[in-house]
Amino acid sequence: MSSSWKRVFLIGMIAAVAAIVAGSVSQHASARSSSSKADTLTIMGFGTGDDVAKSRTAIAVKALGSTNVKNPNGGFNDQQFLAALAGGDPPDLVYIDRQKVGTYAAKGAFVPLTSCVKSEKINTKQYRQAALKEVTYKGKLYGIPEFYSVRTIIANNDVLKESKVKLADLNTKDWKTLKQATKKLVKIEGGKVTRIGFDPKLPEFFPLWAKANGVDIISKDGLHAQLNSPKAIQALQYAVSLINLQGGWGKFKSFRDTFDFFGAGNQYAKDQLGAFPIEDFYYAVLARTSPQVHISALPFRTRKGKPINYETGSAWAIPKGSKNAKDACLWMKTMTKPSTWLVAAKNRAAARKAAHDVYTPLSTANAVADAQIYKTTYTPINKYFDEGVKTVQGVEKYSFYIPASPASAEFKTAWTDAVGRVLAGSQSVKAALNQGQKEAQTAINKAK
Amino acid sequence: MAAAATSYAPGPRGRVRRWASGFRKPETWTAYTFLSPWIFGFVVLTAGPMVASLILSFTDYSIISPTHGVGLQNYHDMVHDPKVTGALRNTLIYTVWHVPGVMLVSLGLAMLLARVGERSGGIFRTIFYLPVMTPKVAVGVLFLLLFNGSVGLINRALAVIHVPGPFWTTDPHWVKPGLVIMSLWAVGTNVIIYLAAIKGVPRQLYEAASMDGASNWRRFRDVTLPMISPALFFTFIVLTINSLQTFDEVYTAFFNEGVAGGSSGGPDAARFTVIYLFQEAFVFFHLGYASALAWGLFAIIAVITAVQITVSRRFVYYEANR
Repeated sequence: MSSSWKRVFLIGMIAAVAAIVAGSVSQHASARSSSSKADTLTIMGFGTGDDVAKSRTAIAVKALGSTNVKNPNGGFNDQQFLAALAGGDPPDLVYIDRQKVGTYAAKGAFVPLTSCVKSEKINTKQYRQAALKEVTYKGKLYGIPEFYSVRTIIANNDVLKESKVKLADLNTKDWKTLKQATKKLVKIEGGKVTRIGFDPKLPEFFPLWAKANGVDIISKDGLHAQLNSPKAIQALQYAVSLINLQGGWGKFKSFRDTFDFFGAGNQYAKDQLGAFPIEDFYYAVLARTSPQVHISALPFRTRKGKPINYETGSAWAIPKGSKNAKDACLWMKTMTKPSTWLVAAKNRAAARKAAHDVYTPLSTANAVADAQIYKTTYTPINKYFDEGVKTVQGVEKYSFYIPASPASAEFKTAWTDAVGRVLAGSQSVKAALNQGQKEAQTAINKAK
Repeated sequence: MAAAATSYAPGPRGRVRRWASGFRKPETWTAYTFLSPWIFGFVVLTAGPMVASLILSFTDYSIISPTHGVGLQNYHDMVHDPKVTGALRNTLIYTVWHVPGVMLVSLGLAMLLARVGERSGGIFRTIFYLPVMTPKVAVGVLFLLLFNGSVGLINRALAVIHVPGPFWTTDPHWVKPGLVIMSLWAVGTNVIIYLAAIKGVPRQLYEAASMDGASNWRRFRDVTLPMISPALFFTFIVLTINSLQTFDEVYTAFFNEGVAGGSSGGPDAARFTVIYLFQEAFVFFHLGYASALAWGLFAIIAVITAVQITVSRRFVYYEANR
C-alpha cells in the first residue's frame, strides 16, 4: 500500500471512530437535555392500552397542560428499567405490579411519595387500604394503587346439579365437605380426567389457602418469611390433597392446560370444571364469551367462615432520578381520581351498549370510584352475572395483601418452587416449605 | 533435526516482529480494512462485555444498589449453591441425550437424502430445514401443546400403538426426555452439513470396497464414517456448546408466566444452567453472582471442549494430515 493510501486509510478510520463517539455523545446529551426539560413526562410500563386507559390518559394529558407526555406501548420491563437506571436516564414515572414496589423501594430505586401526596393534596383515604399497604415499605408510601383484583369462587351450576352437589358444599370453611363435594364433581374416564371438580389453583393461590387457614406467608414488615409455619403446611397439604383425589398433578394439570380459557368454548361452557377461585376479571371474560353459562359466585372463606380476598394489582411509582416528579405526581393523582375512573367507565359502558356487548363494572383500588361506577354505569346482565358482581363487591373489604418485601421476587420464587416440588412429587409438603422458608429468608436477609 | 526445528520456529518476539512486518505489505492493510467492522464488533460487543462480566463477577453489582468488591465470594457461593448443582445436572443430562440424538437423526436423514434424486432431494432438504427457522419461543409453546399428557399429539400417537404416554410436561422424570425429543425437530442444519460431507466422499472408495465384497454396513462403517468424521466432530463440538447453553424454548415453556403451563418458578427438572443464570441476573438482579455463574459455565464448556478435541485426535480422519 502506498503511503498516500495508508494516510487515507488512517484518516478514514479516525474519522469513523470520531463520528461514532461524537454521535453517541450527542445522542446521550440530547436524550439528557430533552428528558431534563420539565415540560416532558416520560412514562414506562403503561402505554395507550385499552379503551379505559385511553379515556383516562386523555384526561391526564389535559390536566398536565403544555407538558409533552411520552408514553410508549408495552408493559413494565425490569431489564429495560434497570438499563435506563444504569444509563442515568430513568423514566419520570413507572406503572408496575404492586408486588414489585417493595423490592425497588428497598433498593432505593423509587422515591417515597410523602411530598407528592402533600403537595398535590392526594386523598389517600379514597384508596383501598390493602392496596395502599401493599405499596408501603418501612412506613413510607411508594406507589399510588390503580386496578384491584378480587378473587372469588365461580361455580358451574349445571355441573353441581348433575353431580348432586349443593352450592353450600363448596364452602372453603368446611374442608371435609369441600373434599367430598370435589370427589362427586370430578370426572375420570378411562384413567383420564375429563372434568375437574374443584381446582384449588396451585401454586398461585397458595397465599390465599394459607391466609384462610390463619397465617400470612410473610410478616407485616416483609422481613420474615413464614412459609413453614404449621398452618401454612396444613393449608398446602389440604390444597394438594384436593388435586391428588382428582387424578394427581400430571393428569390434573394436563387436562387443565387444555381449557379454552378466554374463548367461547371455555371450561364453564363445556362443563369441564365444577368450580375454582379466580380473579374478578374472569366474570367479564365469561360475560362476553359465553353469557349463557349458569354460574354462581361464592366468597373464599377462612376456617372460621369469614369471607377473605387475596388482592393484587398495579401501581404508579416515581423512580429516583425522575426529572419531572411534579408532573408525575399530578399524573398519578389524575389517573386514579374517581371522576377520571367514572368517565372511563361511562365511555366503556356506552361503547359496549352501542356494540350490543356485555359491560361489567371496573374494579379499581379507589373505593369511592368503584361505588360511583357501579351506581352510574352498571345495568344488570342476568341473574348469574349480577350475583357475581355483587359477590365481588361484597368481599372487597375483606382483602389481604402480601406485604412489600425487599426481596419480593426471590420470596415469590421460593414459595412457587416449593409448591411446584410438592405437586411434582419431588418433596413432601413439610420438606418443600422448609426449603422454601430457608431460601426466602436468606434472600430477604441479604436484601434488607 | 531438533536444531533445524528450533531455528524455524520463531519465539513470541519473533512472531510479533513478523506480524508487524506484515504491515509493510499493501495486502495486509486491505485485509485489515475489510476486517475492521468485525474487529470493532468483537472488541465492543463481545470482548468488552466479557471483560466487564469478569470484573463484575468479583462484585455484588445489582445496577440499583452501590457496588462493592466481594472477592471470590460469588464463586464460593456458586460452588455451594445446591441450585447450581441441580441446574448443571439437568444441563449435562440433557446434553448427553440431546447431542447423540441430534447427530444420529441427522446422519440417518442425510444418508436417506444422499440416496434420493437431485430434484426431490432439494424438496426434502427444504422441508428438513424449515423447522430451523421456527423461532425458539414458538417451539417452547408448541412443546406444551404437542406433549400435553391428556390431549397432546405425541401421546395420541402412542395410544394408537397401545403405549400409554407419560405426562411429559409435569412429571419431573419425563420433562428432559420430552425436551430432547422436541429438539430433534430442528436438525436441518446438521443434515445439510452431513449431506455435504457424504457427497464429498470419493466414489472410488465405495467402488473399491464393493469389489472387495464389503456389505452396505461395512461400507458405511469403514468408508463413510471415517471420511465424514471431521463434519461429525465439528457438529459434535457445536452441538455440545449450544446444548450447554439451552435457554429460549425451555424458558418459554416452563418459566414464562404468560404461557399456559408456565409459572415464574418452573419445575426443578427444567431449570438449566442458563435459565438459573438469567433468573439470578434479571429476576433477582444479582448481576455480580450471575456473572460468576456465566464464567463458571464458560470454564465448564472450555474443559469439555478441550477433552473432546483431545479425544477426537484418535477418531477424526483428516485427509490433509495423512
